This record gives sequence, structure tokens and C-alpha cells, in this order.
Amino acid sequence: MLTDGGNLMKILKVEQIEKYYGNKSNYTKAIDNISFEVEKGEFVGIMGASGSGKTTLLNCISTIDKVTSGHIYINDKDITKIKGNNLNKFRREQLGFIFQDFNLLDTLTAYENIALALTIQQKRSQEIEQLVKVVAKNLDILDVLHKYPYEMSGGQKQRVASARAIITSPSLILADEPTGALDSKSSRMLLESFENLNKSLNATILMVTHDAFTASYSKRILFIKDGKIFSELIRGDMNRKEFFDKIIDVVTLLGGDLSDVV
Amino acid sequence: MLFKLSLKNVRKSFKDYAIYFMTLILGVAIFYVFNSIDSQQAYLSISKDQRAILQLMIDMLSGVSIFISIILGFLIIYANRFLIKRRKKEFGIYMTLGMGKGKISRILLFETILIGILSLFVGLTVGVFLSQGMSVLVAQLFEVDMTSFTFNISNAAIIKTIIYFGIMYLLVMFFNTFNISKQKLIDLISAGKKNEKLKIKNPLFTTIVFLISIAMLGYAYYNVTRNIQILEAKTLYTCIGLGIVGTYLFFWSLSGFLLKVVSLRKKLYLKDLNMFVLRQINSKINTAVMSMSVICIMLFLTICISSAAFSLNNSLKKNIKELTPVDINIIQSYYETGERTSVLESLKQFKVDETILKNYIEITTYASENITMEYMFREIMAELLEKYPSIRLAGNESMILLSDYNKLAEYYGHETIALNDNQYLIVANYEQMIEYRNLALEKNTTIEIEEHILYPKYKEIKNGFVSMAANPTNIGLIVIPDYLEPYLKPKINFLAGNYSCEDKTICDAKIKELNEDIWNQVNSDSLNETESFNKEYYFTFNTKIEIYEAGTGLGAMVTFIGLYLGIIFLISSAAILALKELSESSDSKERYEVLRKIGTNEKMIHKALFRQIAVFFLLPLCLALVHSVFGIMVARNILETLGKQDLILPIIMTSIFIIVIYGGYFLITYFSSKRIISER
Repeated sequence: MLTDGGNLMKILKVEQIEKYYGNKSNYTKAIDNISFEVEKGEFVGIMGASGSGKTTLLNCISTIDKVTSGHIYINDKDITKIKGNNLNKFRREQLGFIFQDFNLLDTLTAYENIALALTIQQKRSQEIEQLVKVVAKNLDILDVLHKYPYEMSGGQKQRVASARAIITSPSLILADEPTGALDSKSSRMLLESFENLNKSLNATILMVTHDAFTASYSKRILFIKDGKIFSELIRGDMNRKEFFDKIIDVVTLLGGDLSDVV
Repeated sequence: MLFKLSLKNVRKSFKDYAIYFMTLILGVAIFYVFNSIDSQQAYLSISKDQRAILQLMIDMLSGVSIFISIILGFLIIYANRFLIKRRKKEFGIYMTLGMGKGKISRILLFETILIGILSLFVGLTVGVFLSQGMSVLVAQLFEVDMTSFTFNISNAAIIKTIIYFGIMYLLVMFFNTFNISKQKLIDLISAGKKNEKLKIKNPLFTTIVFLISIAMLGYAYYNVTRNIQILEAKTLYTCIGLGIVGTYLFFWSLSGFLLKVVSLRKKLYLKDLNMFVLRQINSKINTAVMSMSVICIMLFLTICISSAAFSLNNSLKKNIKELTPVDINIIQSYYETGERTSVLESLKQFKVDETILKNYIEITTYASENITMEYMFREIMAELLEKYPSIRLAGNESMILLSDYNKLAEYYGHETIALNDNQYLIVANYEQMIEYRNLALEKNTTIEIEEHILYPKYKEIKNGFVSMAANPTNIGLIVIPDYLEPYLKPKINFLAGNYSCEDKTICDAKIKELNEDIWNQVNSDSLNETESFNKEYYFTFNTKIEIYEAGTGLGAMVTFIGLYLGIIFLISSAAILALKELSESSDSKERYEVLRKIGTNEKMIHKALFRQIAVFFLLPLCLALVHSVFGIMVARNILETLGKQDLILPIIMTSIFIIVIYGGYFLITYFSSKRIISER
């Protein structure tokens, strides 16, 4: 766990949240009493099979979905209490999103896609120009800035999407299966840039995945099964290979459906 | 089973079909309204002559209806094709479930029938109610009272509407079947995913094309107005052609050009969602160039036709009122040797009933061998010919003695005039001739009659006339001092009078009888027509009532046909645009979803959507307005022969009518689009 001058900086605090689907007589518990915390500068992975509730969890944290009970605090603000346009404001200022299918606007160039995240915050144009260049350099996409999404490779698109997510300096970056649509080489490049963002910019990343290789880039992994936290794995001083083996062990232990997706 | 599916589909997609329904209903309603006018005439107290004009108008309207139905047919097929395109995925699912193309076609067939029946029913109901308002308009345009207000329904018009629209729907069915049979399953299933390939144009090239289009339009505008008086058909056609091509190129290059210009202004470009909106427009315009050009030209036609129609009707009515100050004019003209006599005396041989006239005055106009048009324009002939090569000015001028003119002016309620012994002046009211004559007067052109030299009193024409008419047609009458009478030849004896009857139509009928009597007698004199024209008892009767009836009839006819065409053009263009925008909105749904995901607030998204749709609705309208400024100038020049056109009111009327229909479509499109992009 990271400390900052002796004080624990909790970016995200999830407290006993539950999410039910269906009605009273017939319901499914998608999330069943989950609690955990994420500190500033952490790179946390959440693993689970499809149907385990990991996407629901991410949706609740990202304010796209609402919890049935419990509280979620981001920077000590209870997001389950925010409503309407303030929710949009909160999302645009505090959170950065990276999606499996990139979600870039096909009509805009890479530059414009990244800048959009700032224009909707009504930032000044000079500031925007500067920031885009800095972030693009960080993610090594300076040479694709003038290109349209259809002219880019999957990896480049995902890095552009990542640039869009971090340019607003969000408190928390949420990545939903970021390597889901990438080949292994692009995946590796992307994950390395995540590591780099985490290290050099001290960015806090919460990444949902079902892929052990992808998860092995994070510092800590929460395993979710049937809506509950099944186990937790901390990388500590292990190198990536050792961490990967550890993950495989847990996945085997989890058994069933997750093992076949490794 | 299939029928049930169709029924459900129609009910389910009712909201998506809103624009389609609205267009069909409006189309049916308007078609009915304009074709049901003949059933209303029975309830109007109109004269025989007016009835004939109304009949002519009805005939013309049904001719125009064929043209209208072709336009509506194309519109319906176009709208339908759009809806089919939207539903490709649905058909794909039917087909993967094992439904044959034949069955899918049958589903569509049922749907078309359902929609057809529904739209006909609603449209006709709306039409029946609208047509009640129409009969009030008919009465007003013909300036007659409605004998009684009866709620009437025209069966003939209903049947005609059903037949015409039935044929259109049949064509739609045929088209749908053909369309479906062409489809491949793979294309249908992946229809939703297929993204239109983005074609990015070279900015430099678009800028050049943009400048070329501006130059083309400018050249066309210039040419069409430069020599507006003598605009030749060939020039006009060239300008129309240039205008159409220029319009197309303008839209083709505009978005690229705009994008280039705005993106250079970072402050504006990087503000809110401006960047997104511009890019949206730019990506859409590739597919929208053709329809935008068509819409622009249709709007242009709507504006010109409606303004011209309204203006013509207004000016006709206004003219008539001013140009018919008394009940009757009787003109006795001489072609060989004439003398100054009383018209009424001459008429006595036809047993005229003098008591018909409450009061009257008699005057005479004169001519002289030497005073011709060429003579009056001698100072400026060369100049005129150079400016207007096709001008023809020939023939003897008409003259009137000052005392005669003043007598008439007083009777008509016009201003009387005074002349010195060496002065003359000219009264006229025909626009074109006023212009020419003013040029001659400015040169101080003199008139010499037997060594008496007359100078113009004023450097310009005095507005006025002697003979009543529906339009200002007095090309010029020279008023001279009385002492010159001995040197002139009488040409026309003229009577102006007012009826003594309480009900003027009774006197008018008597005059008509008299006129017929004279003709019968002339003909029974076994003279051939040319000879009878030379006889001294050649009379013309101009009555106020007659002029009114002819004039208002013409005005009403023009207004109706103009309105009919204008409304249909407007509906067509608005509907095409609305459908296009709606389909674009659902294609862009995912983009808005992305905006939402990265935290854009709804207000900003709605603003962006509004701007986008507004741009697509406003662009063709703005260019059409610019076109119209020049178009109306040309139309005005053509219509000038019918009198001076008052354009302010017609333009306001047209604007209101465009704002209501076009704005209505715009709002429906905006709200439907908002609904589409909010669906999750």
C-alpha cells in the first residue's frame, strides 16, 4: 500500500454495496455486499468470469448504474447521493474512461477526440493545445494526432482513448477490458503505457478484465465470483512472470468458467 | 399472422413514422382541398362570367394536380425507401428465422395498405375541415358574399384523392417488393453496423470549388439582373443552369470550407461541442449534397411562386379599385374620318335607354399625322435603341384638350391641371412607357403643331388615365391647350358615366343587352367584320363590374395555383430534409452515447443536436432566400406589365407560411431526433 507523507490517500472507498436486478419475489444479486478501498497511485485489477458482477461493479463506480444499497466514496464524496447534471459534471471532472471498443468518435481526428474531453469542461483553447501535446507524447501517439480513427490500428486507437481519459487529470481512471479488442502485441504496448502512467504521473487506475495476462500488469487484484470478493492478490516485490503464475493459481482455484478464458 | 405482424409494426414504429404520416396526411389534405373547390361554387353568389373563370381555374387546378401527384409520388417513394433502410436489420432477423422474401414483401404490403388507409382517412378528414376555410378564401378572393355557409363535402374530390393516392401507394408497394427481392441476407443483418465510409476532401480543393461556386452564382445573379428589361430566354436559361450547378457545388464545398475556416480560429473551434457539430455536418454533407441542392431549389421556387402569386393578386385588386373610378366607359372610335360628337347621341339609333345613366361626361381624344411616337422620341431614339435593341415605338400619339382632361379628372376625382399656351404634359400609367417617356421629357422634347411650339410643363410623366382597365395600360396621352383643336383630327369620342340603378348589376345587364343588340345589327347589315370596324358606330363598353370580375378571377386563379404549388414544394422539401436528418440522428446515436459516457451534460448535447439540425434546415433556406431576391426581381419584371407590384406584404405572407410549415417540420425533426439519441 502506498502512503503519502504518512497519510493514507483514499481515492475510492466502496462500502457494503449491493445491486439487485428483478423484483421482490424474483431477483438476482449481481453484487452481494462488496467493500474495498483504492489508494492514490494504485493500479488495481478486478478479475472475474462473465456474469460474476465485475462490469456491474464498474458501472456502479462510474455512476452509469445505481447501487441498491451501500455507499461509494470517490475523494470522500458519496457518489450514490449525486443526481442529474451534477452526476455528469462529476463524471467529466473526476473520472476517466477507457472502453473495450475504444468509443472514439469516427468523425473526429485523434487530436480532436482527445481535445473533446477538455472542450466539454470549457477549458481555454491554449491550455487545450498544450495539454494534448503533453499527453500525446506520454502515450507515444504524436504521429497519429492528425489521423482519423479508421486510419489507426487498434492499439493506437486505444492509446488515443487512454489519452482522452487521462488528459483531464481525473482522480480515478476506469478501464473496462481495455485489451479486449487488441492483439497481444498491441495489448502489451498499451499495458506498458498504463504502467508508465501509473508510475510517472501517479495515476490511479481501476481495470476490469478476465484476462490473466492483462491483470498481471496491475499491482493488486480483486477476484470476484457470484457478486462477492473471492480473494485478493498483491504483487509486492514479485516480477510480472511470478505474479502471472500466482494469478493462474487463483484462477484455477476459482475453477469452472474463468480457467478456460486464460 | 403476417397481418398481425404488420399491424404491430405500424403501431410500434408510429413515432418513427411521424414525419412520414405527417407528410402523407398533409399531402392528402391539400390535394383534397384544392380539388374540392368546384363543389363550393354552388354556394357562392357569383356571376356567370365569374363562374366561367372559376371553371377555368378548376380545370387548371386539376391539370396542376397531375403534376403535383407526380411530385408527391416521388416524395412518398423516397420516404418509404428511407424507412425500409432503417428496418433492414428487422428484415434480416425475419429472414434468418426462415421467412421468405415473398412473405417479407407481404408484410410490407399490409403495412403500406394500413398506412395508406389510415393516412387517407385522417388526411381526408383534415382536408374536409380545411376546405371549409377554403370556401371563405374563395369568396374573399372573388370578392363576393357567401350566400350561406354550408358544411360541404365533395364526393368527387374524395374519390379523386383516393384514386390518385391509391396509384401512388401501389407504386410504393411495387417498389418495396422490388427493393426487398434485391437484398442479400448478409447485408440486411450487418446493415446496422455498416458505417458510411468517411471521405475526407482536400481542404485546398474544396476552397477552390467553393470560390468557383460563388463565382458561378454571382455571374448568374449579375447576368439575370443586368439587363432585366430585355432579359432574353437564352440568357435566362443559362443563368438557371449556372444557378443549379452553382448551388450543388456550393453545398458540396461549403462544409469543407467552413471547417477549414473555423478550425483556424481555435477559440471558436475548441469551444463546447463546436468541433463535434462541425465534424458531424461535414461527415453528413457528403450524402446530403444532392438533397440539399434539390431542397434549396424547391424552396427557391416556393418563395418565388408564392410571393409572385400573392403579389399579383394584391396588385390586381389594388389596381382595379384605383383604375375603375366610375361605373362605365363607352368608347366610340373612328378609323377614317371622325368628328367630335356625343357618344350618347350616336347610340340613340340603337334605342338606348338614357335613364340608365345617373350622370355622365363626354370628351374626345385627337390625333395628328405628324405627332407620332417616333417624333416624340426623336431626341433619345438612338440611346433607347442601344439600351433596348428590341424596342419598337411606332404609331400616332393620342392627344386630349386641357378642358376635356380636366372635366374628366374632376369626374374621376383626380387632380386637375393647368397649362400655359406653350406647354404640354403627358399622362400615362404603364410602368415601362413612363420610364421611356421620362427620358424624352428630360431632353425637353418639344411638339410643333402648325408653327405653335409646345414645351413640356414637367420633366416627368403625370400619372393618370382616361379609359378604365384592370391594369395600368395607358402608354401615354398628351394634354395640350384647347386653342390647338382646329389643327387636330378627332379620333375617339368617349363617355364616362355612373349608373342610376340601385342594384348596379341590373344596369350592367342592360348594357350587355345593348352591346349584343349593336353587334347583331352590325352583323345583319351584311358587312364583313373589317368593314364594320370602319363604321362610325363601332362602340366598346367597359364596365366596372366586368373589369372587376375578370380581374379578381385572374387574381384568384393565380393565387390558388401559386399556393397549391408552393405548399406542395414546401412540404416536399421539408419532408425530405426531416427524413434525412432523422436517419442521420439514428446513425449518430452511438456518437452521442460516447459523448454521454465521457461526461458531456445533456444540455450541451441537446444544444449540439439543435445546432446541427438548424444548420441543415437553414443552409438551403438561406441560399434559397438569396436566390429568391434575384428570382423575384426577374418575376417582378415579367409581372410589371400587369402593374406595379407591391412586394412587402406578399413577402411577409410567404415568410409566415414558410415559417409555419418548414418550422413545424424542423421542430418535429428536432424532438424526434432528441428522442432517438436518448434511447438506450
